[in-house]
Amino acid sequence: MHISNGIIDGPVAAVFAALALAALTACVLRGRRDLDDRLAPMAGLVAAFIFAVQMLNFPIFTAGVSGHLLGGALAAMLVGPWVGALCVAVVLVVQALIFGDGGVAMLGLNITNMALIGTAAAYLLIAVLLRVLPRTRAGLAVTAFVAALLSVVVASQGFVVEYWLGGTTDLGGNLAGLAGTMAGVHLLIGIGEGLITATTVLTVAKVRPDLVYALRALPTPATPAVEVSGGVR
Amino acid sequence: MKNRTWAFLAGGLLVALLLAGVVSNYASSHPDGLDSSLLKGCTVDADDNIVGGSCPAQQARDHELGDSPLADYGVRGIENSFVSTGLSGVLGVLVTFAIGGGAFWLLRRRGDASTTGDDTADGTSSTGDATAAEGATGDAVTAARHTS
Repeated sequence: MHISNGIIDGPVAAVFAALALAALTACVLRGRRDLDDRLAPMAGLVAAFIFAVQMLNFPIFTAGVSGHLLGGALAAMLVGPWVGALCVAVVLVVQALIFGDGGVAMLGLNITNMALIGTAAAYLLIAVLLRVLPRTRAGLAVTAFVAALLSVVVASQGFVVEYWLGGTTDLGGNLAGLAGTMAGVHLLIGIGEGLITATTVLTVAKVRPDLVYALRALPTPATPAVEVSGGVR
Repeated sequence: MKNRTWAFLAGGLLVALLLAGVVSNYASSHPDGLDSSLLKGCTVDADDNIVGGSCPAQQARDHELGDSPLADYGVRGIENSFVSTGLSGVLGVLVTFAIGGGAFWLLRRRGDASTTGDDTADGTSSTGDATAAEGATGDAVTAARHTS
């Protein structure tokens, strides 16, 4: 979902660069509370893993279209929303500055959609779903899948808003058409995102449940977090 | 940090290196969801190049760093595309881990309760003990959250 140069005009891109910088600063300040000796290297691994999986474009049902993991839900699940957004942002910066993927001028827009909106939407869904669903492996899988799928669709609409503000082609008033196309195709990509996220989170929860941030941070009132992580193990 | 955590990190990094270094060669090269949405109104050939019509994607401009040695996930100068893609992926994973891990390590909180718990567990050699210590750390965290 990387925006190339020229797609959104310069002034709007600059505004979003400033917004993204402010939001990432907030993530650093708040995320430091979560970052201890155990989470810091884990967050580095999450960033590296997201970089790797973002290279794996998978075909979707629509002919000639591919999708790849965004990673916001995965990061939110494993290292929390604040550090998670920073993980995705690190990946996007590396991609833009070293791999020519996503315009440097568009970096603020891409960080807004994939690192900020994607991770925030995912974590809100995770927080709700983990509280209402049973604390079983199935409950964790459904949480990861649904949060990942919907976060991709929400992130795709972030682009639609940006295009409405500064798109370089006149859509002739057919912004709804773009919104629909983006939502539809990202619903399909979201299925892939959901499968990858659920598989990865279940694997980590099986090997090292203590490394899954969402299981530590979101205990249900009836079920303390420690018993839960034992149950998932 | 505990040996188990290092083992987990090494294992995770190995998986990432394999995905970026090998599996990446089997990735789809079609435009992604956003790029394809911007192609609406244009017709494209078999290589996804625009051949007619009018669509937002036509406004796309070159990347500022499009001639970087690793641009477009290939290593410039390496003819074999399998090696070129794989090597660029491996370098990307290592660079991302170094930058991300390094920044997070520098930003981390130092000298709090859960860190102490982690250090205590360092001394335990058997897995069972380490797991017990892990649980205790979790307990402490939970307790701290409930009281706060």
